Amino acid sequence: MALLELKHLTVAFGKGDLTNPAVDDVSFAVDAGEVMGLVGESGSGKTVTCRAMLRLMPPGLHHRISGQAIFDGKDLLATSERELQSLYGKRIGMIFQNPSSYLDPLSSIGQQIAEPLIYHEGLSRRNARARAIELLRQVGIPDPRHNVDAFPHQFSGGMRQRAMIAAAVACQPDLLIADEPTTALDVTVQAQILRLLMELRDRTGLAIVLITHDLGVIAATCDTVAVMYAGRIMERATKGELIRHPRHPYTAGLIRSQPSRARKGRPMPSIEGQLPDVNSLPKGCRFHPRCAYAEPLCRTGVVATEPVGSDHLVACVRWRELEFAA
Amino acid sequence: MSVAGTIAAAQQRWRRIPVVAGIGFAIILAWVVAALAAPWVAPFDPIAQDLSATLQPPGGSHWLGTDNFGRDVLSRIIWSARIDLQMGVFGVLFPFLIGTTIGALSGYAGGLIDTLLMRLLDVTMSFPFFVLIIAIVATLGPGLISFFIALALVGWVSYARLIRAQFLVMKEADFVLAARCLGYGHARIVFRHILPNAIMPAIVFSMSDAVIDILLGSSLSYLGLGIQPPTAEWGVMIAEGQTFIASAWWISFFPGLAIICLAIGFSMLADGFAEHFGISE
Repeated sequence: MALLELKHLTVAFGKGDLTNPAVDDVSFAVDAGEVMGLVGESGSGKTVTCRAMLRLMPPGLHHRISGQAIFDGKDLLATSERELQSLYGKRIGMIFQNPSSYLDPLSSIGQQIAEPLIYHEGLSRRNARARAIELLRQVGIPDPRHNVDAFPHQFSGGMRQRAMIAAAVACQPDLLIADEPTTALDVTVQAQILRLLMELRDRTGLAIVLITHDLGVIAATCDTVAVMYAGRIMERATKGELIRHPRHPYTAGLIRSQPSRARKGRPMPSIEGQLPDVNSLPKGCRFHPRCAYAEPLCRTGVVATEPVGSDHLVACVRWRELEFAA
Repeated sequence: MSVAGTIAAAQQRWRRIPVVAGIGFAIILAWVVAALAAPWVAPFDPIAQDLSATLQPPGGSHWLGTDNFGRDVLSRIIWSARIDLQMGVFGVLFPFLIGTTIGALSGYAGGLIDTLLMRLLDVTMSFPFFVLIIAIVATLGPGLISFFIALALVGWVSYARLIRAQFLVMKEADFVLAARCLGYGHARIVFRHILPNAIMPAIVFSMSDAVIDILLGSSLSYLGLGIQPPTAEWGVMIAEGQTFIASAWWISFFPGLAIICLAIGFSMLADGFAEHFGISE
């Protein structure tokens, strides 16, 4: 059984109607030790999906959530808040895009890593500090004995992200939700952080949901990939299958428009048009206004998610006719 | 980001306390020492009358002169510091605690709780501050305790508004989301994560509030609603010296100077803190 199974997650904002919600019928599953990439443009609903699934939407934002998010047999969307609090930090960890703003500026790095250990595992202050130093060493912070007492502003971006990872994995969770963990970092640091996450996975059997807009990151790390566009999953497959044999025009477009594939003297390939506004999402397939292969059925019909192979799902009415060269 | 960034930057400057704050702190410290050491520092008994030496001008054995009962003005000023410092400290403490709690609750919980508490705040604020204080003290009967009760009932509104505004911003801050992600309960998030980041403006305000409370306490004593004679208090002394203001100015003048001196101390400390933490009052 999957460690995390998201079933038909739907999120509507404000008084928005549930017939065309911002996040529509998103389903995926993550096994223990699996790294799943959730890829899509900025604004495609990747972050909202994860925050809604964990019931961590911003306070004061009117929204409605339906569906199920089953983690280890428990539906996160139906369980009590107390139960959630006992899972977060202990069995589910989270890291974010901008580590500088996600660390408490008034607490030392060591306090912030030790706090979940004291809170969830009842460690003494002294033991938690020793564990924090050990964790800092594991995530590759130089001179952990000294840096354990440093404050976030004294750290560089990469070190802050390492510290945040240390806090998130302090209690050895089973699942880590990583929301664009490398986007704010430069390329070399990015590679180091991804390597660190992979090491953690290999050592502890941690499952990771990696939210990213960077196919390069996906290619370097993930086992499976879900491609998201305008609040819907367009295609889901194992990484190799998805990159070699994309069946959805959007996936193919994403792969084609990677900067590394650009040819000298020719315009950068891209997907024409822009992501639709949440309040006026197109009917039918949400990608059809930008799709080169759109036909009348795409504009009106209900797009079913159909299996292409054993590990490959696609939400396109024309997938049988379309073939894309890798 | 900007809030966290500002605080982080402020923290970096922690060691460089502005000179203003240092001077303010020194002035307050001097008064605290004088108040604590009053029995040894004050040259005379503050309430002992000496009818053979009434209305003596400054100089001689009575450095700041004597009043119409022959009591030593300097000794009375020093003993008064005990009461006036109490006014500053406790006059701020209770409103601070009540206001912070209400503001935090209101800002964090939001919804109905916020609406109810804010209407309560509006009602309290709709009365003129001084008039309400005087009315409460007059009802409860004159004295320091009545004064503190009145301040606690009325003074919390400023702190509640400051803290609530901070909470409204900070409860959506990224590091608070991170705290939620680590599974911490609401109490821990409020007290360990938001409050330390939200409290600084309230602390800065409390310094200038202390000044207002001392002046208010003295004013009430002057009106006969505060400290009762013969106990020495700066406001009482000013009131008593009023009759002799033309002939024996020193009776009212030096207590007034003492009030100004302590008030400037608190103000300088507040300014220094505000400057240091980048907060505008």
